[in-house]
Amino acid sequence: MHRAAPRQRQEHNGEQAVPHRYTDGRVSTQRGGCSNSGSITEEGMHKSSPLNPTLKRSSPNGSTLSRFLFWELYREADMLGVLRREVACQGAHAWGLEQGLRVIASRALSSSAKAMTVRDALNSALDEEMSADPKVFVMGEEVGEYQGAYKITKGLLDKYGPERVLDAPITEAGFAGIGVGAAYYGLRPVIEFMTFNFSMQAIDHIINSAAKSNYMSSGQISVPIVFRGPDGAAAGVGAQHSQCYAAWFGACPGLKVLTPYSSEDARGLLKAAIRDPDPVVFLENELLYGESFPVSAEVLDSSFCLPIGKAKIEREGKDVTITAFSKMVGYALQAGDILAKEGISAEVINLRSIRPLDRAAINASVRKTNRLVTVEEGFPQHGVGAEICASVLEDSFEYLDAAVERISGADVPMPYAANLERMAVPQVEDIVRAAKRTCYRSTALAATA
Amino acid sequence: MGSWFARSRSIPYLLKRNISFLHANSSCKTLPPYKSPHGFRERPAASILSFRRLESTLAGKQAQAVAYTDDEVDSDADGENQSIEFPGGRVGFTTQMEFISEATDKRVPCYRVLDDDGFPIAGTRFEQLDEETAVKMYKSMVSLQIMDTIFYEAQRQGRLSFYLTSTGEEAINIATAAALSPDDIILPQYREPGILLWRGFSIEEFASQCFGTKDGHGKGRQMPIHYGSKDLNFITVSSPIATQLPQAAGVAYSLKMDGKEACAVAFTGDGGTSEGDFHAAMNFAAVMEAPVLFICRNNGWAISTPVSEQFRSDGVVVKGQAYGIRSIRIDGNDALAVYSAIRAARMMVVREQKPVLVEALTYRVGHHSTSDDSTKYRSVSEIEQWKRTRNPMTRFRNWVQANGWWSDKEETELRGTLRQQVLKAIQIAEKTEKPSLGDLFSDVYDKLPSNLQEQEKSLRQTIKRHKQDFPADVPL
Repeated sequence: MHRAAPRQRQEHNGEQAVPHRYTDGRVSTQRGGCSNSGSITEEGMHKSSPLNPTLKRSSPNGSTLSRFLFWELYREADMLGVLRREVACQGAHAWGLEQGLRVIASRALSSSAKAMTVRDALNSALDEEMSADPKVFVMGEEVGEYQGAYKITKGLLDKYGPERVLDAPITEAGFAGIGVGAAYYGLRPVIEFMTFNFSMQAIDHIINSAAKSNYMSSGQISVPIVFRGPDGAAAGVGAQHSQCYAAWFGACPGLKVLTPYSSEDARGLLKAAIRDPDPVVFLENELLYGESFPVSAEVLDSSFCLPIGKAKIEREGKDVTITAFSKMVGYALQAGDILAKEGISAEVINLRSIRPLDRAAINASVRKTNRLVTVEEGFPQHGVGAEICASVLEDSFEYLDAAVERISGADVPMPYAANLERMAVPQVEDIVRAAKRTCYRSTALAATA
Repeated sequence: MGSWFARSRSIPYLLKRNISFLHANSSCKTLPPYKSPHGFRERPAASILSFRRLESTLAGKQAQAVAYTDDEVDSDADGENQSIEFPGGRVGFTTQMEFISEATDKRVPCYRVLDDDGFPIAGTRFEQLDEETAVKMYKSMVSLQIMDTIFYEAQRQGRLSFYLTSTGEEAINIATAAALSPDDIILPQYREPGILLWRGFSIEEFASQCFGTKDGHGKGRQMPIHYGSKDLNFITVSSPIATQLPQAAGVAYSLKMDGKEACAVAFTGDGGTSEGDFHAAMNFAAVMEAPVLFICRNNGWAISTPVSEQFRSDGVVVKGQAYGIRSIRIDGNDALAVYSAIRAARMMVVREQKPVLVEALTYRVGHHSTSDDSTKYRSVSEIEQWKRTRNPMTRFRNWVQANGWWSDKEETELRGTLRQQVLKAIQIAEKTEKPSLGDLFSDVYDKLPSNLQEQEKSLRQTIKRHKQDFPADVPL
């Protein structure tokens, strides 16, 4: 399959290849900006149909202006032949004036997709959900006056006041418990842990109360709570700030566990999590907060939502399946580029949801490629990769042409020194080597090659 | 209803900070003069140091030297009565280095209405009960006692897997329930089934839950005594201790946001106050000004741990002030005291939208649960004494009968009827079908997820194929 060179837009089977910018400045083509959600289909992208012109304004002033400018942009975009899609219309679209202006500002871009950092994606998702439902409130350390330890909740205190954005004292057990109690009553709390490492101090409330209450009370007490915060390794923060808890929370029935990668993931999955009646553990990544991804108009719409439990094929391939979540998706995509140069076409799956795990998508992919590499940042024993391996063995054993490879963090508490830290976390080269091993392309037999 | 506190035993009195740590009760050792602040050696316990006048003047001058310039400085010669603005507020100075003692001679007194025999103590003030409420209260206490006795026996006979009694704490259970409003949301620990009883949970419902039948709350998901009822505003009992405390603050905060005239009521035992969650809940509730009523049933024992090994403070009531929470200590075996105090506390919580702590002193007459034999760690005579001579039910009964509202004949009749009712409920529950197979998978999430649907389907197919191996007591 002919691969487009970087920095070129190219019609590829009728789809747009949108440039994706990595944090180190490299750009490569990938499918970006469109999701597998809702009524968007691959075919749908070919149809051009007018967008629903009924724009509901969320700010009282300037709406007419934004509506006018929006149509200006649309016409221009259409002229470029870029914007060809059918947008899921569920009632009126709500466009913030600010967003409208940002879209206009991005007119300069040749693509219709604008870029958004994961931080802004999360912030806007929280903002829109709080605006839509007065029961949603945010609680955590430094979320209010400080604007959020990682600025995810920036501006929310000013907009919604101290009754809906609560600064908590330093007691994870306390505010997790309070959140669970509020959820018992019927509110929809979004509890922020400064990092999920600190959720260990509240894990009883998450597991024994939030996860199990609906079951134990035979459906009488539901807990529509979201626990969110950065998870996994950052950079140079040592053992107690670097663990990935996806496998731990993913093991517990009653919870839903989500791991967004891109801004689209962040927006869609956070909105889905807040709207979900079950408790959701939302694992973000500190290093992804500042990373910018292209987002389509559909993603920016306030009714945008991604389904929970569906993985996304970030890159189609036919030789080896690479599953990853959170930051590792970026690494897997880089590995895919490197492999492509050597003639190995890798299919990269962004899991998006650890529980429920999209076993159907993973198995379908493995049945196509016959080889599997699982990638995760967390510890190897009882990890997400172990579960995926087991699932593939159970459902697609005959389809495997090679042993499954698991790439994970080293089985040690995270060291601090930069050189050691680099050795303790998967790198792109590890993924490339593992993929090659499944293709019997490596000469050394040892897994440490 | 009734007369309220007529004398000066009104709110100001209740607020009186009668915990006096600072002064002369503790022994005061005089020490040789010290040379500098850093040179002094710590003395053993009960160390209240007193400086000589000379040193205090020196210290006062030093204190003056470090005072911030924008403070109002009193022109007191010896440097006393100065204050300084620290984060958290203005604090007065003292030149006396005094440690607040860890123990006082005088413990916080305990509010009580009825004496040991059930007669109102002279001069006491309490919320008057009318006949209907008083009789209902007494009958509920009897129901609770009989239910406990028979269910406990059933466990001993092997018909139930587990049970936990509230023997000795019937007054706390029922009087609290009577004093609250049905809108108040209860977050129990596990020794408060009397509240459900008062609110209308039937004996049959209790039995269904304990036996895990298809009729029970819980669809057989919980072990016995883990009752709950959304309709009766009683959150399901949760096994980990004290988790309900911060959750109560959350419920209370939600009530506050809703503007409802109700509060959250959280129970814990003396042991539960050792959990981190207790601290988090009290602190947080005070900071958030959440309308939650914390009720601590201090019954002296946490399984085999006596309170002397649980904490070294003067019980739980003194902890309230540490968090900025109003608190009171009451005689938990005195139904009238409990009723009056809880009524007052609830009113404060709802009107002022602030937390209140009530410590009810009582005694756990029964074993911790059916998994415990408390004679192994406490004397039988101690248990007997509380059971016979300090029984909350006897005291209340005496008072009710003295008012002419109850008689021995009615007592016998009631006990007979209740016994029959409870026995029958157990017999029926034993024979009732257990929950069906589908209940294994439902309610894990709001909607049955695909993996569980697959599992259920696969299970049912297996059952069809191997009908003879499938247990007969699981309805399909």
